[in-house]
Amino acid sequence: MKGNQLSIKTIVAIGIGAAVFIILAKFAAVPSPVPNTSIQTSYAFLALMAVVFGPIAGGLIGLIGHALNDAISYGSVWWSWVAVSMIVGLLIGLAAKKLDIESGIFNTKKIITFNIVQVIAQGFGWFLVAPALDILIYAEPANKVFLQGLFAGVSNMVTVGVIGTLLLAGYAKTRSRSNSLTREL
Amino acid sequence: MKKRVIEFNNYSFKYHSQAAPTLHDINITIFEGEKVLIVGPSGSGKSTIGHCINGLVPFSYKGEATGSLKIMGKDAHSLDIFSRSKIVGTVLQDPDGQFIGLTVGEDIAFSLENDSTEQGIMKNLVEETVKTVEMDEYLSSSIHHLSGGQKQRVSLAGVMVDKVEIILFDEPLANLDPATGQYAIELIDRIHKETNTTVVIIEHRLEDVLHRHVDRIIVVDDGRIVADMCPDKLLSSVILESSHIREPLYVRAAKYAGCDVIEEMKPSQLHSFSIESCKDKLLDWFEKANEAVPKEIKLPILQLKDISFRYAPGHETIKGISLSVEKGEMVSIVGKNGAGKSTLSKIICGFEKPRSGSILFKEQDITGDTIKERSFRIGMVMQNPNHMISKHLVFDEVALGLIIRGVPENEAKKQVEKVLKICGLYPFRNWPISALSFGQKKRVTIASILVLEPEVMILDEPTAGQDLRHYTEMMDFLAELNRQGMTILLITHDMHLMLEYTTRAIVMNKGRIIADDPPSMILTDSEITRQANLKETSLLVLAKRVGIKEPKEFVEHFIAYDREVRRQWQ
Amino acid sequence: MAVEMLSYIDRKTPIHQLTGVTKLICFIVWSSAAMLTYDTRILAFLFIFSIVIFIVSKIKVSEVSFVLIFILVFLFINNMAIYLFSPQEGVKIYGSSHVLIEIAGRYNVTIEQIFYQCNVTLKYFAVIPIALLFIVTTHPSEFAASLNKIGVSYRISYAVALALRYIPDVQRDFRTIALSQQARGIDMSKKEKLPIRIKNAASIIFPLILSSLDKIETISNAMELRGFGKSNKRTWYSARPFQRGDYVTLFVFGVIFVTAMVVTFHDGNRFYNPFES
Repeated sequence: MKGNQLSIKTIVAIGIGAAVFIILAKFAAVPSPVPNTSIQTSYAFLALMAVVFGPIAGGLIGLIGHALNDAISYGSVWWSWVAVSMIVGLLIGLAAKKLDIESGIFNTKKIITFNIVQVIAQGFGWFLVAPALDILIYAEPANKVFLQGLFAGVSNMVTVGVIGTLLLAGYAKTRSRSNSLTREL
Repeated sequence: MKKRVIEFNNYSFKYHSQAAPTLHDINITIFEGEKVLIVGPSGSGKSTIGHCINGLVPFSYKGEATGSLKIMGKDAHSLDIFSRSKIVGTVLQDPDGQFIGLTVGEDIAFSLENDSTEQGIMKNLVEETVKTVEMDEYLSSSIHHLSGGQKQRVSLAGVMVDKVEIILFDEPLANLDPATGQYAIELIDRIHKETNTTVVIIEHRLEDVLHRHVDRIIVVDDGRIVADMCPDKLLSSVILESSHIREPLYVRAAKYAGCDVIEEMKPSQLHSFSIESCKDKLLDWFEKANEAVPKEIKLPILQLKDISFRYAPGHETIKGISLSVEKGEMVSIVGKNGAGKSTLSKIICGFEKPRSGSILFKEQDITGDTIKERSFRIGMVMQNPNHMISKHLVFDEVALGLIIRGVPENEAKKQVEKVLKICGLYPFRNWPISALSFGQKKRVTIASILVLEPEVMILDEPTAGQDLRHYTEMMDFLAELNRQGMTILLITHDMHLMLEYTTRAIVMNKGRIIADDPPSMILTDSEITRQANLKETSLLVLAKRVGIKEPKEFVEHFIAYDREVRRQWQ
Repeated sequence: MAVEMLSYIDRKTPIHQLTGVTKLICFIVWSSAAMLTYDTRILAFLFIFSIVIFIVSKIKVSEVSFVLIFILVFLFINNMAIYLFSPQEGVKIYGSSHVLIEIAGRYNVTIEQIFYQCNVTLKYFAVIPIALLFIVTTHPSEFAASLNKIGVSYRISYAVALALRYIPDVQRDFRTIALSQQARGIDMSKKEKLPIRIKNAASIIFPLILSSLDKIETISNAMELRGFGKSNKRTWYSARPFQRGDYVTLFVFGVIFVTAMVVTFHDGNRFYNPFES
């Protein structure tokens, strides 16, 4: 990768983004109705950062955030799943231009586009890449890893679909400049 | 004639994001080796001047400029931000944002690393520089073990290592306790003298900066330069008052007493201020009004009994604290960073569980109550309003807590509107919060707690980063709430706030309460002020010099008089 | 919410003396070897060798036990899941079936399955000590410099350094926000119904995002003002020069890696099969 294309702001966004990703993964998991599983809010955040800062930032936040979190929390890195976080961040980031969140407009059309992109990105990552790598590296049984991927994928799609959309809508609102503010008595 | 290092000529600037220009037709010349202070209220454009000097305008913040700006005799437009950074070193207001390295050494070396300096040379330079800011013992310390003042010294070293010709300080006192701030000013002065660097300080705490000599003060108001003169001359004029900048208190006192402060009296520093001619007037002024306010005794609303707490074994953050707050009191909690002030407030709100001891609310034990249950009685307003705001519109943010409590919509609307009126936010109720100023945001967070109708409110640094006018507005508003019966605890570094608005100050040091007295008594106790990193108020020194026998009462008299005068601004 | 994290543990041992670059390369080589091979003999050797290195490093098991417990629980669940989903995976891989305990049809316990699952577990075990050591014996300051040295662009390396630097700050912000929101009744624990819980989570995350965006702006200004990114390379204050120990270590790891690969793949199959012949 040619480093010259990365602005300082993007680099800082990757660093801080990875730190926030880690903290959300560790502390901001919402308990879900399925026992022993939780809704990972960190992927909703990853989606937001990818849309705001683009595919390279999205991919690297996923890669660095997930790898560092594995390392400092579990003492080893599950590269097969780390790769998925990277791919998801990267693919969602590809839609950044089209969504143009800085314009402050996040209408129904954009919400639908965002969700189609995130479902495709996560489907590719969780349903294909993660199981394929698990089989390749660990020779784990195919049916087991596909079911795992299916479960992780669906729950993350729902999370990003709900929380991610909420966050993007909130972010878009902060970007809209209202020049016509008047004091109402 | 000395070399001109910074030259603004008929310079105007407008940010792309704003409708009106921020700077209008500015003319400033700063000479080599000078030490210049730029003051002005919030939003006056003083930070923008700083940005123009260090290059953040136009490289980071885009906009249109007219007129000319020369740095070291060269047109600023011909210098990119990197060559600019070799000439101008900037120490930013937020030490956590500027301290990028993990350790002291690494952070100081940051700009050398970017220059691809060879490691051996780099280490020597870093070791040399770290000594000038007196941080050599901490060279390999992690950022997370340093105090705010130490981080700032490292940031200073980080720009000095480049041998810059101009050092720019952006609000260097904003996050420091009084004693640390005083030390920072002394350090800046020493470095200025030793290295003959040009120093530009942007700050609104004028009296604290004047603790050491400055050559010139530039006053900015509403994007224009309203004064550019030596401190003695400025202090003998009425410019500061009309720009709503707090003058040194001793100067204010002299002016209130009807003294004619003139340049020849050298008012810029208290020790040089010749007060012979106004002694009588000061004595007169003091004797004119001297009334004592009798204190009523009320019921305790909040009691802490022998509270202990620690974050990690072996290190007690709070050591057996007991205190009692009466209903309707306004109390300040002071002490240096890390003394346990914030931890104590978190324990009161239930954010942290004490290891031992009990908390009583109206004589009812609430030690075991959850955060949510406590929140019905005690409200906490955090220092940084951005940590509390999660809605887009002012109204929704204030209503959030009520909606969650299941208050019916009509009822909630009525209550929110009432609170918005009290807080002066009613005209803005349908505004996006992002369009508000920092002080207004802070009000929104206070409103969002107030609407839940707690009986006690704790505020962490309610006036940090606000200029005198906003400070007065905020504090008068809190004082009004207090008059209506709200019990208020304030955590603060601002000694004037404590003197002016609270009747009682609790001083903490190393997890213990070392004093619990009226503020005027605490600020006259040199042992307590030293231990708590506070600073003696200049009013006290003035009173002693004039020969007033009751300096404490003099201070109190000043506070009461000053409050009346400032009330007329609104 | 006290969740522990691994961090640098300072000791004076030969392992700590090695440069970050050496440790990073060794960690990568070791992980690759353990990922590629399924040869029981190699895995066993890797595991034993890594235990020896762990002992040399003088890191106490108690210092990393919270991680070990987590991994053991994870491996246990993982093994149960493998058995549940594919009890005859071992038979498929090794091409023979020796039934040990009869349960019911496909759930009969075979020696092949046990051997296969032992291999899966061993594969994790072979990496854990080295990975742990890499994390607790590499000073975080040196980490970014090491990444840059092995060819990662310095800009991305610095992004990693920033992440490590700001994790505690972000954690503090998050805690402050979560507590102050809780005090207003915004809760994302089990006490609330799911849809509310999710909405509340957004209310807590949103302030964190906004304050992080502010942080990004301040930090990039500060870095810009101090000349970050002006040239195509940069030096590192905390990088350390290579010493003899580094060369020796790299050589040894290289030999182990090559040997492991040769032994694993010489017969065209990454599995070691004790059941054939």
